[in-house]
Amino acid sequence: MSTRNYSLFYGGFKALNRISIQIPSNRITAFIGPSGCGKSSFLRSFNRMNDLIPGVTTEGEVCIDGRNVADEDVVQLRKKVGMVFQRPNPFPKSVFENVAYGPKLHGVKNRSDLAVVVEKSLKRAALWDEVKDDLHKSGMSLSGGQQQRLCIARAIAVEPEVILMDEPASALDPVATLKIEELMNELKANYTIAIVTHNMQQAARVSDYTAFMLTDENRAGNLIEFGTTKQIFTTPSDTRTEDYITGRFG
Amino acid sequence: MNRRKLSQNAAFSLFWAAGIMSVLIMAVVVGYVLVKGLPGISFDFFTTSPRGGLSGEGGIYSTIVTTFYLVVVTLAFAIPPGVGAAVYFSEYSGSTVGSLTGKLVNLARFGVDTLAGVPSIVFGLFGYAVFVTAMNLGFSILSASMAGACLIIPVIIRTTEDALESVPSGYREGSLALGANRWETTWKVVLPAAFRGISTGILLSAGRIVSETAIFFVTLGGSYRVPHSLMSGGRTMALHVYYLAMETRAFDRAMSTAAVLVGLVVVMNLGINTITGRITGKQR
Repeated sequence: MSTRNYSLFYGGFKALNRISIQIPSNRITAFIGPSGCGKSSFLRSFNRMNDLIPGVTTEGEVCIDGRNVADEDVVQLRKKVGMVFQRPNPFPKSVFENVAYGPKLHGVKNRSDLAVVVEKSLKRAALWDEVKDDLHKSGMSLSGGQQQRLCIARAIAVEPEVILMDEPASALDPVATLKIEELMNELKANYTIAIVTHNMQQAARVSDYTAFMLTDENRAGNLIEFGTTKQIFTTPSDTRTEDYITGRFG
Repeated sequence: MNRRKLSQNAAFSLFWAAGIMSVLIMAVVVGYVLVKGLPGISFDFFTTSPRGGLSGEGGIYSTIVTTFYLVVVTLAFAIPPGVGAAVYFSEYSGSTVGSLTGKLVNLARFGVDTLAGVPSIVFGLFGYAVFVTAMNLGFSILSASMAGACLIIPVIIRTTEDALESVPSGYREGSLALGANRWETTWKVVLPAAFRGISTGILLSAGRIVSETAIFFVTLGGSYRVPHSLMSGGRTMALHVYYLAMETRAFDRAMSTAAVLVGLVVVMNLGINTITGRITGKQR
């Protein structure tokens, strides 16, 4: 997963400024930076969720598996690139139907095939044991942390290669947050994970690589520094990264 | 301190009195209709048709049938374009902001809001001129239901749009992010989530058809016979109340019919309450 000289505009406003990055596969890459620095907009570029906003234009390229996402069929792209949102957003359907939603869209019709996918996905999302007794209760009746793991299961069910997580734990309590973080660690064996977080401790705990973003004088988001998490948090090469990491602003 | 307490007490008393007043008015009106009307209601009242003429003899069987047909046919005409337009406004028109289509959408929205405030007799006149006369459909359930559909489509559009817009955007994002297109998202996630709100709007519209008179006076005619096709005229219960009260001596039967109408409205409102109650119950 990579971008080259990628810029994004909301109408006439430049929100991302010529970002180039190479995100390693099967690792967790965290995007940190103060609010409004464009990390969420950047994350949403990989599955083209920004397309939904009227007036968005881009320059440069975003590539997955060496192919420009702009040239791909958006349905196939989003099948390949799953997403987990800031607020848990299970559909007002049963646990089963939530997880089966994606596979059904992509053509799995057979009930027993669906049941297999649902079980596998819920197990991978570490939710199976908590819901297996009643897969037909509403996804909305679960706790916040369970709902978020249900959303992860829902994303996994279409067998993506990449999972984008947009502050996935910011609406959760510390215990539920820890569970999500443990889960991410298990998932990285099979998926490339990119996570946006405003929580530096979280970035330090879960990620292998960290990208630090900051707005310039025109309020456009820039990539300041990218490296292994260890390097970014111990020996940052840019003073702005150091200032942010040490809590001097942000 | 004392002054503040005094004004607080005064305000409280005023609001309390206003609350009591509104309940009282409703109780008196409904109570009067029920007291006057209930004694005239019997099994025969529901199963025999009005006999016509000045005496106002007979029951309300044919008016129940007519009301039922009219509601069903009107809803059949009004729901598809009403819900469809609302889906377009809420789910599809977002990407048209600023373009010519966007301006047309705004114009259409303005039109819907205006139509929702137009008095029903205007739709009646329109129906009389176009459906009854120009299209030569005569006083019929077909004419009346098309006029009625014009009346309730704005209501259905507005309530459906409200229902759709109260669906959290997270549902849409979640669905789109899984590779669903707009239509799949609308059909499989948004519409089911808005189902209760939409049915509330439809029930309210059905109530409107049950209770309107003027619009049907000029499109449905006033036949007291049981309708046998879409081309039959007829009279709804509300219209029957009007005819009985104004053109016969059977004021007591008008009251009885009104009592049945009140009962029907209560049942429909209970239905709406059940639906909306479930909303608040289920969505925590």
